[in-house]
Amino acid sequence: MTQFLQQLVNGLSIGSIYALMAVGYSLVYSIMNFSNFAHGSVIMLGAYFGFFSMTLLGLPFIPSFFVAAFGSAIIAVSLERLAYKPLRDRKAPFLYFIITAMGASIFIDNFVIATIGPTPKMYPQIFAQGPIMLGEIALGRIDLAMFGISAVCLLALILFIDHTKMGKAVQATAYNMKASALMGVNPNFVIILVFAIGGALAGVAGVLYGMKYQVFPQIGAITLKSFIAAVFGGLGSLPGALLGALLLGLIETFVSGYLSTQYRDLIAFLILIAMLIVRPTGIMGKNAEDKA
Amino acid sequence: MEYILGIFELSAINLVAVLGLSILTGFTGLFSFGHAGFMAIGAYVGAIVTARLHLPFVAAILAAGLVAGIISIGIGRLTLKLKGDYFCIATMGFGEAIRLILNNWAWVGGARGWESIPQFKGISVSLPFIVAIISVILVWNMVNSRQGRNMVAVREEELAAQMAGINVMRTKMMALVTSAVLAGIAGALMANFVGFIAPKTFNMTKSTELTIIVIFGGIGSISGSVLGALLLTALPEIFRAFSDWRLVFYGLAVIVIMVGRPQGLLGGMELTPAGLRKAAAANKAKAALLAESRAMEKRGEI
Repeated sequence: MTQFLQQLVNGLSIGSIYALMAVGYSLVYSIMNFSNFAHGSVIMLGAYFGFFSMTLLGLPFIPSFFVAAFGSAIIAVSLERLAYKPLRDRKAPFLYFIITAMGASIFIDNFVIATIGPTPKMYPQIFAQGPIMLGEIALGRIDLAMFGISAVCLLALILFIDHTKMGKAVQATAYNMKASALMGVNPNFVIILVFAIGGALAGVAGVLYGMKYQVFPQIGAITLKSFIAAVFGGLGSLPGALLGALLLGLIETFVSGYLSTQYRDLIAFLILIAMLIVRPTGIMGKNAEDKA
Repeated sequence: MEYILGIFELSAINLVAVLGLSILTGFTGLFSFGHAGFMAIGAYVGAIVTARLHLPFVAAILAAGLVAGIISIGIGRLTLKLKGDYFCIATMGFGEAIRLILNNWAWVGGARGWESIPQFKGISVSLPFIVAIISVILVWNMVNSRQGRNMVAVREEELAAQMAGINVMRTKMMALVTSAVLAGIAGALMANFVGFIAPKTFNMTKSTELTIIVIFGGIGSISGSVLGALLLTALPEIFRAFSDWRLVFYGLAVIVIMVGRPQGLLGGMELTPAGLRKAAAANKAKAALLAESRAMEKRGEI
């Protein structure tokens, strides 16, 4: 029982990070109908922004998050303006968006390797060593911070989307871009907003992930997981992305806890394929026909 | 000299895989991020045939194509009904699953890879070239056949193609199997050309690289794929001196091509006398139409 609860706690902690990344994917997908494969690179840059603001600028813990979130948001929006907007103007098929995103990802990752270098960097020690014991269950301090900060960000996002005018604009544009444009919602503004939100969350996720492990240029590969989570929950659906991410985190920790760490990723991908075959729209996704 | 020849051989091997993907992506409009998985299947099957069963290379190449083709039929049954992004994600999941299975399979070397696979001897130099040339001829014939025209119809407008009596599923399946067979053969060539294979060679980056070559060369153009494979395999090798920066420029080049010349180098055009005449005629017709509409505008008719 103790082991079960321990795995549950670990699963929720890693799942919350996946959720932060997955909502960024899902938001962009809901508006633009393409998978933004450059999202991982934005997360990686976020991890570096946080790292440098702590080490070079000597900023404390919380302001570093804001630096990372702001920096990543700027990167995400400039990516949209420079790379995706010309394609959008030309009404290019989704295939071109994906290839461009891949190109951007190769560019950013290797730019970081060429300038900062490939060696992993350690975040400065922020939390005291040793877990907090809750009865028999060990709660890692970083894991707690991961879960807490992710939960706050995601809650803020949900409140924003559901209870503000701008949030409603995002929802309307996701539902039907043309119709909402006719009702006076500027689609360009919504797209920039969505990239900014996704980028900011990616920045926060990058810092949290870098704190738990290390910062290195290939960190973005982890977003493949968040991507699976987004598909799992239903591409383009925010609650779906949240649910999918938490489920994936739990499945992964339980597989590595009870089966073997080696099969963790394999099972994640097999679940992805099974999900696509049985129910391609995911747990809460929209109709796939509309998204083709 | 041997080094330069090696680069060309590598280009030829890549070309075989790219030709397959050109059929799938360029002509049928299906987008795969998992073809490195088929290459991996081919490479490991080829290595098993030569290193474990001690059979000749020809057997390795045939077995690699056969196994990759058979597996692709199963995958096609499951995934070809998916649309757009979903198909692309499913192939990505498949490619990664293959890689992770190989990672955990000790009999073929596991994550550390498989060393000392017998290398091409005797006809060593020419084998990748011969296979590449045969593949170009076969693919060229396929594209210019009824099957090829059906594929283009499916790419352009699936519903309309279906209305016109084209069996869409069968056409897509043919394209997928062809591309998988060629990717498998390329994998076997690679295993026996390099003499060492590891699962991480066939990761998602490899799949992306293949797709990027197809798009870079131009959608719906065989000569574009050939040119793309030659350029994009050889250039990074030639610029190896700039080791860290070459991939930066590679990524940048992909974005610039997508934004600036989305049809790729030779999109929808073939570098043959007939193909060039056709392209020139199309250009001329377009210019004439434009001049006509300008003239009409001037006369105030529209």
